[in-house]
Amino acid sequence: MSEGHSGLVAHQFETAEQQKETVNLGMWAFLITEVMMFGALFSAYGFYRAQYPAAFAAGSDHLNYFMGAFNTAVLICSSLTMALGVQAAQQGKRKGIILFLLLTILLGGIFLGVKVLEYADKYEHHLMPGINFSVDSPFAAQIELFYCFYFAMTGLHALHMIVGIAILGTLVVLSYRRRFSANYYNPVEMAGLYWHFVDIVWIFLFPFLYLIGRS
Amino acid sequence: MSDHRIPKRIYYLIFATLLLFTMITVEVAFYDLGILSFPVALGIACFKSTLVILYFMHVRYSSGLTGLFVSAGFIFLAILLVFTLLDVKTRDWQFQPDESGISLVVPF
Repeated sequence: MSEGHSGLVAHQFETAEQQKETVNLGMWAFLITEVMMFGALFSAYGFYRAQYPAAFAAGSDHLNYFMGAFNTAVLICSSLTMALGVQAAQQGKRKGIILFLLLTILLGGIFLGVKVLEYADKYEHHLMPGINFSVDSPFAAQIELFYCFYFAMTGLHALHMIVGIAILGTLVVLSYRRRFSANYYNPVEMAGLYWHFVDIVWIFLFPFLYLIGRS
Repeated sequence: MSDHRIPKRIYYLIFATLLLFTMITVEVAFYDLGILSFPVALGIACFKSTLVILYFMHVRYSSGLTGLFVSAGFIFLAILLVFTLLDVKTRDWQFQPDESGISLVVPF
């Protein structure tokens, strides 16, 4: 395996195994920078939620927790199909890769569709800071702040979903052209890491944005 | 090394656990746990993401170096969050209400 399959192992690597380890580490280095970017947002969110707990709870109350929970389930399903897609790649099952990646794209599309419905609903109810925002409450300014966080965090997350869907679409095409085999499937595995990371971000966003002050 | 074949049932088991804990986190949000409600939500989210990282992202089956890399990243995230919140909670922040409602006077 160390040589053969010309072009699969770049010349700076001794073996495919070494190449895989390096690619994996590089992807994690990138994901950690992503963790830090979202971490800064979570940190700012934590600061203001500690200052204005009542306003944040009131803001969260306007969100539809059922849609959030539904989307959480959709993303968890998509993580499962992604993991099964990577497994199909490990076993060199080309049809399996294409099927599971298409399923993952479909679930990602459903997530974004629900998100569009939610954003449209916020627009109708005048809950979009900067575009139209009016709430009848003594804490209106703080509730607006909550919605700034809501749109910044879910918007950045949705952007990651769109990028992820584009990556998966590319992989489906490459897979259709027989570019992957049981010996070489690093891109599929790395796209999997990215997709699961986006899922993790949502695992935190859901309770922090949708579920405050429900009791 | 990372070519460990993970049985499909592990994936299904993790998937079911993630869905179960999503239901639990929604359910507990409707109980008044007082000061505990945030730590409980945070704990459940941390537990779920640990499962995703270890099994879906294969870190449990990866090399020690990868594990070290990942843990170091999250330790630095924890430093960012913990020290920010320590500062917020122990400093005597003073808020001056005005028409915008969000002005803040930082004590020296």
